[in-house]
Amino acid sequence: MAEPLIFERSVPGRRGYLLPPSDVPGFRADDIVPSDRLRTEPPPLPEIAEFDAIRHYTRLSQQNFSVDTHFYPLGSCTMKYNPKLNERIAALPGFAFLHPFQPAAQVQGMLALLYELEQLLCAITGMHAFTLQPAAGAQGELTGLKIIAAYHRRKGRRRSTILIPDSAHGTNPASAALSGFQVVQLVSGRDGLIDLNELKEKLTKDVAALMLTNPNTLGLFEREIKTIAAVLHEQDALIYMDGANMNALLGIARPGEMGVDLLQLNLHKTFSTPHGGGGPGAGPVGVVKRLEDFLPVPRVRKVGKRFRWEERSRASIGRVHGFYGNVGVLVRAYAYIRALGREGLMRANQAAIINANYLKAKLQPIFPVPFDDHCMHEFVVTLKALKTHGVTAGDVAKRLLDYGFYAPTVYFPLIVDEALMIEPTETESKETLDEFADALLAIEQEAKTKPDLVRQAPQRMIVERLDEVKAAREPNLRWKAGTFLFSPEGSTQRK
Amino acid sequence: MDYAPNTDAQLQEMLRTIGVGSFDELISTVPEDLHHRTLDAPSGLAEAQMITLGEQLAARNASLKEQASFLGAGCYHHLVPTVVDALASRGEWLTPYTPYQAEASQGTLQAIYEFQTMVCELFQMDLANASLYDGASSVAEAAALSLRVTERPRILVSEALHPHARQVVSTYLSGASAVLQEVPSVNGMTDLEALGKALRDDVACVIMQQPNVFGCLEDMGQAAQLTHRVGSLFVASVYPISLGLLQPPGAYGADIAVAEGRCLGSPPAYGGPGLGLFTATSALMRRVPGRLAGCTVDRAGRRGFTLTLQTREQHIRRERATSNICTNEGWLALRATIYMSLLGPQGFRELAQLNLEKAHYARERLLEIPWISATFDQPFFNEFTLTYDEAVKPEAVHRSLAKAGITGGLLLSDWYPLLSQSSLWCVTEVTSREAIDRLVDVLKKAV
Repeated sequence: MAEPLIFERSVPGRRGYLLPPSDVPGFRADDIVPSDRLRTEPPPLPEIAEFDAIRHYTRLSQQNFSVDTHFYPLGSCTMKYNPKLNERIAALPGFAFLHPFQPAAQVQGMLALLYELEQLLCAITGMHAFTLQPAAGAQGELTGLKIIAAYHRRKGRRRSTILIPDSAHGTNPASAALSGFQVVQLVSGRDGLIDLNELKEKLTKDVAALMLTNPNTLGLFEREIKTIAAVLHEQDALIYMDGANMNALLGIARPGEMGVDLLQLNLHKTFSTPHGGGGPGAGPVGVVKRLEDFLPVPRVRKVGKRFRWEERSRASIGRVHGFYGNVGVLVRAYAYIRALGREGLMRANQAAIINANYLKAKLQPIFPVPFDDHCMHEFVVTLKALKTHGVTAGDVAKRLLDYGFYAPTVYFPLIVDEALMIEPTETESKETLDEFADALLAIEQEAKTKPDLVRQAPQRMIVERLDEVKAAREPNLRWKAGTFLFSPEGSTQRK
Repeated sequence: MDYAPNTDAQLQEMLRTIGVGSFDELISTVPEDLHHRTLDAPSGLAEAQMITLGEQLAARNASLKEQASFLGAGCYHHLVPTVVDALASRGEWLTPYTPYQAEASQGTLQAIYEFQTMVCELFQMDLANASLYDGASSVAEAAALSLRVTERPRILVSEALHPHARQVVSTYLSGASAVLQEVPSVNGMTDLEALGKALRDDVACVIMQQPNVFGCLEDMGQAAQLTHRVGSLFVASVYPISLGLLQPPGAYGADIAVAEGRCLGSPPAYGGPGLGLFTATSALMRRVPGRLAGCTVDRAGRRGFTLTLQTREQHIRRERATSNICTNEGWLALRATIYMSLLGPQGFRELAQLNLEKAHYARERLLEIPWISATFDQPFFNEFTLTYDEAVKPEAVHRSLAKAGITGGLLLSDWYPLLSQSSLWCVTEVTSREAIDRLVDVLKKAV
């Protein structure tokens, strides 16, 4: 059943939370603050009881698919199980209730954890130093690009081009543009990998760096990465690795040995911190030694047995976060790495790769894999054969919801027609993968025999397919009193 | 523990289905000379061991719950209703991702729509996005948006804007052709005369904070007027809790208003994750950064919610996107939504009133001490600046407070060398009168 907006549950005078009474003598705002700086009316927030909130937000939650409730094979997002243990650790008052300006003596445990996490990430990736400050993968990219700019500045030159393969995540070119670079796209080779000739052709003196994802968004390892790095380094251009797909590499190969100069990790992917319906994430950036000086400040330092923040560094690109980054996320990732440990992380990685290849093997007889090789943690199939039945990848994605599966990433990477990008992760069982494969194969049959059923999916969700064109043409981004008529069968907009 | 359910026998069976003899065959695409088939990490821990390790590390930190803290300066400790934790910890809220498949994400989408609405109401602004990383990066995105919209090169930032926000703006804009210029402050307030002189028609925006970094209440109305006179945008960085009493940014003409929203229902967590609130006038709708949830209808004409205006975003527009942001702070936005709905209009006003009262009581009591004076004579909300006499060493005073289980206000010498004897004090509803009185007693004996 549809759930009204919380505003539609509002009853004047209802209270949901009581504050403790004041224990100090009264001061009136009117006496203290000039009247032109005071609010005239209280903010018109909903007026509800505590139990109203419980019902409302519990019911709303039940309208979501989530990792805890459904298989969520969203490619490149690594939607693995988010251990409850990590939540418990992060909620300890000794982590959750710290103020960023407490003196170092009061937060030695916190600083020790952050320091050790940096060391662990260095060991896992083969990089020399890390900053934990970036709040998400894309902010990590931005940080990396600022470091790239600073590196070339120190060499007394300005380089303005970043090379990015056409298979890259959209954040790569967006981060490059936001950092003041111009983007030159590399057309992928026929094997879906970087084409060395294309690279050499576009590698002008103006190239500051190449941003690549390894394994790339097709789930393929860039076999020539050492040569690619060598070609770039010959021109003193840098190689930046988008580490979104690091789940594929744990215990197999390290970017440090591939010639990568800097990378970001997405802790909410590889290291199991929950995606939260869209964050918070964390995007630590690791660099080789010659780039260490450029890392953001402050940096955590160990002096003897004590830890402290170092606020200043002449070459640093500066701050990217108001404080030290998404510490609550960092604590969860630390707990994950320590709980799994060496053997656990390696076994998780093997299971992730086997799961992906197994699912690919099950689907491949029906759905072609355009760039076919053993994949790493994810793979991409094309549904273009269904076009003749008038069924798109988007339709199949919606139909999957009816079968009780969240949809894979659709229409990405852009170099594959009608793409489904599937990443099962290691925490799914063989039984789940079998059910998912059966569902996709059944949908393929439906597409041929009952295409309307697929085109009209989903039917079993709280709403049917939504009108996105209307949403964009007549943007309604906030509720206003009197604009809707609510009914349990579903509200309609008041004309 | 690896949380991977497939048994070795199953994995072997799966390898057979794939058609390979071993796992190593699967990774034959990784050149041999790159193999590093180990991890330089310690062995794993059982759950009970990890809990012990976590508790040991946490025990080496002095939590705010076991002391009286007067730290604020951009990170504020407020009460979090039990209901916020209880609801937000549900897996259906914690473990989905960005609601790309709208029909299977109506919970998240409706919550974002409610969040956008509540933030709009609190700020009295036309529109709010689904959140950015934190307050500081929201200021930086506001600056970037202003540069794009006005196509002017200069940005004026008040010296009384939080130094960390200024630093993040400077990092974000480095390499661009933009010029960042600071407007000085006098007596704890942005110097509006200096602002007036600096405002020319090459200024993209003016960025000010309310209450400002010293806790003082700026004359935002006049500043906005001056700014608009030359066609520049006015950007306000505000403290959400204060808006229970203080004039909202929409009322003084802010074009963009941003905030650190962690204080709305989330713990301080050593400063992160934060919650970047970002609001703007409707004129800027198609240029704003970040996700937006919109209301629409489904095929049957029923109300539903979806991400919208996505052609601004990186996954569609790539290098021409309005920002590179992808993952934001959805879970904290949900917490803030639940928090604001529980507080309601009355609760919000009472909360702000409680903060104002306690802070004014604390300052009045602290000023009883002969070697302490008010740094600025300005109206304030729940933060204020104090100056110690020259003869008193601030570090020594704060060390003796620490011995008594009290964390004093933030010493300002690092940020403002001229304020080497001054410190910034914050008092919220969490601070008891007993803690304030004890602070005064300890200080009286400290010198």
